[in-house]
Amino acid sequence: MRHDFQELRLDRVTRRFAGAGGKAFNALEELTLTIKRGEFIALLGPSGCGKSTALNCIAGLLPLSGGSIWLDEMRIDTLPPERRGFGMVFQNYALFPHMSVERNVAFGLRMRGVAGSEVGPRVARALKLVQLVGQEQKLPGQLSGGQQQRVAIARAIVIEPPLILMDEPLSNLDAKLRLETRAEIRRIHRELGRSTIYVTHDQDEALSLADRIVVMKDGVVQQIATPQEVYAQPANLQVARFMGYRNVLELAVEGERDGRVTLAGTDIRLTGVRKQPLAGTHACVAIRPEEIGLGEGPGGVNTIAGRVENVEYCGRDSLLDVVTASGTLLHVRAAGHIAMGDSLRVHVPAERALVYPSDAAGI
Amino acid sequence: MNSVALSRAPFDRALLLVVPAAAFMLLLFVYPFLYGLALSFEPKEGGALGNYQHFFSTDNLWPTIWTTLRLALPATLINVGLALPIAYKMRVKTRYQRWVTTILVVPITLGTVLIAEGALTYFGPKGWLSQTLQLLHLYEGPIRLTHNYWGVLISLVISGFPFAFLLILSYITGIDPVLARAAATLGADPAAQFRHIYLPLLAPGLAMCFCLAFVQAFSVFPSAVLLGSPAGPTRVISIAAYEAAFEQYDYSLASAIAMIMGFVQLIIVAAVLGLRNLFYRGPVAGGKG
Repeated sequence: MRHDFQELRLDRVTRRFAGAGGKAFNALEELTLTIKRGEFIALLGPSGCGKSTALNCIAGLLPLSGGSIWLDEMRIDTLPPERRGFGMVFQNYALFPHMSVERNVAFGLRMRGVAGSEVGPRVARALKLVQLVGQEQKLPGQLSGGQQQRVAIARAIVIEPPLILMDEPLSNLDAKLRLETRAEIRRIHRELGRSTIYVTHDQDEALSLADRIVVMKDGVVQQIATPQEVYAQPANLQVARFMGYRNVLELAVEGERDGRVTLAGTDIRLTGVRKQPLAGTHACVAIRPEEIGLGEGPGGVNTIAGRVENVEYCGRDSLLDVVTASGTLLHVRAAGHIAMGDSLRVHVPAERALVYPSDAAGI
Repeated sequence: MNSVALSRAPFDRALLLVVPAAAFMLLLFVYPFLYGLALSFEPKEGGALGNYQHFFSTDNLWPTIWTTLRLALPATLINVGLALPIAYKMRVKTRYQRWVTTILVVPITLGTVLIAEGALTYFGPKGWLSQTLQLLHLYEGPIRLTHNYWGVLISLVISGFPFAFLLILSYITGIDPVLARAAATLGADPAAQFRHIYLPLLAPGLAMCFCLAFVQAFSVFPSAVLLGSPAGPTRVISIAAYEAAFEQYDYSLASAIAMIMGFVQLIIVAAVLGLRNLFYRGPVAGGKG
């Protein structure tokens, strides 16, 4: 497989499955995406959103129901997985239990007919890269989860694939190991200078690793953008919810001027930025807990009064449940000494209150 | 000394639950076995080893070992060899899997005698197979597939195959299919996936399956009588034991023959299980979760 490729192009890639009652449903609908050499792409979404389906389609483990995949000018979606030559790291690692670490890593080289004298040094180099020197002769069953994970990565990168596919590779690790391995993956990606497609349901992982994030839901792409953009400017309400905009309030639309919308409820009046064209009398405003400030806003604008009903201490700050007189719940992240039952005022900067049309799914 | 006292676990009364099973084994297997073993050393004439000397010096006795091996080993190899590719094909759940499995397993429900009776009519000189071949002018000569070696071999394959198939199928479906997919992404084509992933992980199970199928085939009796020629080429070792016990009423000689039969089985099983130890024998999943 060629390593000097410029881009991998997914053109309306679609995958249908037979669902309950023989009715077909689209697990992946018309995914169109161009991945440049050296790019790190994260496919992000809740379970069942089609992100793993997309990865398996790219790897060749699932045939497409429609669309095509191109590596520069070569169409590859008709090739079996063993002829695509992409490295893949599986969620449960899929290490060969009957082979030593060394033989697991050497497997891809042996299958490619790499000369025996070359296999040893390349395996050693890959194991050094994932910091597993000294474990060569162990069987996978004798390794810890984190070590198995790194064997899986070494096995995928030793064949020097143009593209590395990772399917939630960190989901079986504990919190500390996950952070370490995350940094490791980013470092390896940088050192190899190849493209990586990384599937995850964890927005922190996607934000910290990726150059671009593809947010998916129900098989449909919701947004393709840089981490900064997905974080600060979600394209729609689904993406906003998924990216940690925990406060979504449906309020009546009062007026709109220059892209600024004013919404009102019984005891809440908020001005925010319109992100999508609005329709109907009501709209939803999405706000992150950490972007709500304590006290009155400048000139009393966007200020909400409420009572603290619950406090979750998180170390640097606390997560508060603030309930207004009419019973609307706001999640607020704030530092300082705040006790349950306190009455307080909070405010939302207008540019951080994002307004979307109400969705049918409700709030 | 204190540590020794501490390290001894208190008697676990749950172990008493083993007593009925152990008593069952003692009464119905160990005692008859030891009784037969002792009996085999008390021949009607001659010293303690008289029966064994008689067996290995009589021309219609000792060759029964080869006669039986000549049937049991090919039958076992055919059964395991046929069951492996079919079970491998059946490993992924498809619409047809249940049907194929059901059809393949039907012979188990029939029993040896019924299969032998059926085979006699089907494969006989005036049977369907013969008539069909002649009707289609595929083969004009007489077809002799009963009352000889081939009749018994066919019957051993029909009755032994389902066991081998079910055993291997359960071993194969226990292997995580993601391992083969991982191998594919590393450049292994389907043949290489089978050779490097499935076969090594299956080897211990295949050895086990071979042993069970072989022991079953080696003790062949009804089909050797019904479908074979019990006086000639299919005079298997169990027929020799039966004749000694119930035609010559020499229980002592019959016991000796049974012991020899068991010993031959043991040698083959030990050899195969010895080979099994050369392979990896751990869990067949690819990691956590």
